[in-house]
Amino acid sequence: MTQTQSEILSAPHVLEYPYKRSLGPVIGRFFTSLKERRIEGVRTPAGRVIVPPTEYDPDTSEPLSEFVEIGETGIVTSWAWVTQPRPNHPLQRPFAWALVRLDGADTAMLHAVDAGAESAMRTGMRVHVRWAVEPQGGIRDIECFEPEAS
Amino acid sequence: MRDVAVVAFAQSPSVRQDSVHNEVEILTPVIAEAIKRSGIPRKQIGFTCSGSCDYLAGVPFAFVQALDAVGAWPPIRESHVEMDGAWALYEAWVRLQIGDVDSALVYGFGKSSIGDPREISVAQLDPYYLAPLGPDSVSVAAIQARALLESNGHTERDLAEVAARSLRNAKTNPNAQVKGDFEPDELLEAPYDVSPLRSRDCPPISDGAAAVVLVAGDLARKVCERPAWITGNDHRIEAHSLGARDLAKSPSAALAAEKAGVGDGPVDVAELHAPFSHQELILRAAMGLGEEVEINPSGGALAANPIMAAGLIRIGEAASRIMDGSANRVLGHATSGPCLQQNLVCVMEAR
Amino acid sequence: MSDEPLTVLRSPLRLEYTYTAGETSSRFLRGFAQGKILGRRCPECDKVYVPPRGNCPICTSPMTAEIELAHTGTITKFCIVNLPFAARNIEIPYVSASVLLDGADVPIFHLIQEVPYDEIRIGMRVEAAWEKPEDRIPGMESIMYFRPTGEPDVEIDLFEDADA
Repeated sequence: MTQTQSEILSAPHVLEYPYKRSLGPVIGRFFTSLKERRIEGVRTPAGRVIVPPTEYDPDTSEPLSEFVEIGETGIVTSWAWVTQPRPNHPLQRPFAWALVRLDGADTAMLHAVDAGAESAMRTGMRVHVRWAVEPQGGIRDIECFEPEAS
Repeated sequence: MRDVAVVAFAQSPSVRQDSVHNEVEILTPVIAEAIKRSGIPRKQIGFTCSGSCDYLAGVPFAFVQALDAVGAWPPIRESHVEMDGAWALYEAWVRLQIGDVDSALVYGFGKSSIGDPREISVAQLDPYYLAPLGPDSVSVAAIQARALLESNGHTERDLAEVAARSLRNAKTNPNAQVKGDFEPDELLEAPYDVSPLRSRDCPPISDGAAAVVLVAGDLARKVCERPAWITGNDHRIEAHSLGARDLAKSPSAALAAEKAGVGDGPVDVAELHAPFSHQELILRAAMGLGEEVEINPSGGALAANPIMAAGLIRIGEAASRIMDGSANRVLGHATSGPCLQQNLVCVMEAR
Repeated sequence: MSDEPLTVLRSPLRLEYTYTAGETSSRFLRGFAQGKILGRRCPECDKVYVPPRGNCPICTSPMTAEIELAHTGTITKFCIVNLPFAARNIEIPYVSASVLLDGADVPIFHLIQEVPYDEIRIGMRVEAAWEKPEDRIPGMESIMYFRPTGEPDVEIDLFEDADA
């Protein structure tokens, strides 16, 4: 009873869930500040500043609540170049993914760098935030990062 | 601890897209073969555990349908993990320690061709800080690859050599999907996918399934001439945030390997679940595997990557080298999460 | 600029897939387009399953023997639904039932219509109400619902196969 491929039925299917997630006090505070074009991190008892902030210390699992103001500039600690952006990528022209360690932070955050060309990217380079024109309350209120003028 | 061994392993040939068979139809002959090779009658299997991912199938509780391949009436002791089948094997190994059952059927399966695995992988990321940016699996792996290349003198040629060796090894593996002779120079001429990774540094999209039978104690000796005894089995996980980790190293793989006792003796064969070429280099260093260890004779995940079965296949392939007499001490490794966030190491020996 | 702290993030998930029905399901679904309900019989257990799954869920033997089932059957259980179901344009309350088709060993799910919901009973005899031939598709929706045949009720032993 083997069938040819043309006899096998296939159909498109879309899986869609309209999730709404609670932010909690830590992420809520971070996103509230971000919407106001301010970046905050959180400091662990050992003095490590985590950006974006987590609710608990990754080393000791204690709850964290000491917020620290963080600058809008930082350095790229690693990166990757996308020549063909996918529809859900933050930029729709070639761009770099980058881990950016903002000044004052001890951890790096993932975002995009609108560098224009792969040759403009370098680990260690300085970048600064480009804010979204219309903030929505999320990580994309940072539209992307831009290279500092050298 | 109770002695538990792998006594049987079976897998389907990995293919880019099986548009004729659904998951159950792919899985049924694989499970039947594993059970047949085990010598244990199906109805005597004491525990069944599977690994699969609803997001691959696009259906919640998708794994329940797979029970048609197992025969779940009268009711069976069964469990499932939303993880690679390697973690189902870990659960089965733990379950056998209790002592009331002596055998377990473990399987992993998935049709990655149904959806877009690169996009699906975004759903596993932090929903607040990462997922909204849409960084697909190749993008995050590429960030890790560059971190490695810039940290310790590895080059893109080293990555190409991993890919070339894997695809050459895959030539002798009838179940591998991508195989052939490629020169590293040739591979280096290909354009980047997300730099510094090229297409051959990344896993293929694969539909496939695998099954393993674990048996404890004396029963293993009765049914199998050369069981692959599990002498160490451990898994560890790191923080999720990519920016809070040293992506060029894998402390969780190192710790899992240490706790599993990798260093307690020579390793003849290591099957490493490295879906990206640079990850093999990170894992070798983390586990202290020297030049004398044969890595991925099966071709590894660069040759076939049926997500949710690929890690279990590493354990099965490694176990096979003991069962067929070609090795005495082996390890199978599995990974989960972005950039080697979580790692499982299973050490097996002949006795 | 708002002073209110943010408390919620909308994070919609959307993923696209192309499903393959597989060999067994494809034949089953195509049967509906032809006005047929196709089950399969297990050669070992001798049970007839609908929808057929390719393997017997009890012994895992491949089931290749196709059985064309009658379009009549008996209600084995049902529920009266008072909540609207987004995908269907259906009057509330409606009844969803398990119907054991004549010749099958497991029931299928479907709607029961053309009878007041409070007159539906376990053991009631029903028949499929099909779409017009030109409107049938390879899917169970080719049967719109089941409706009473008017035959006397049948005694159903709901737990007959519990020890199988």
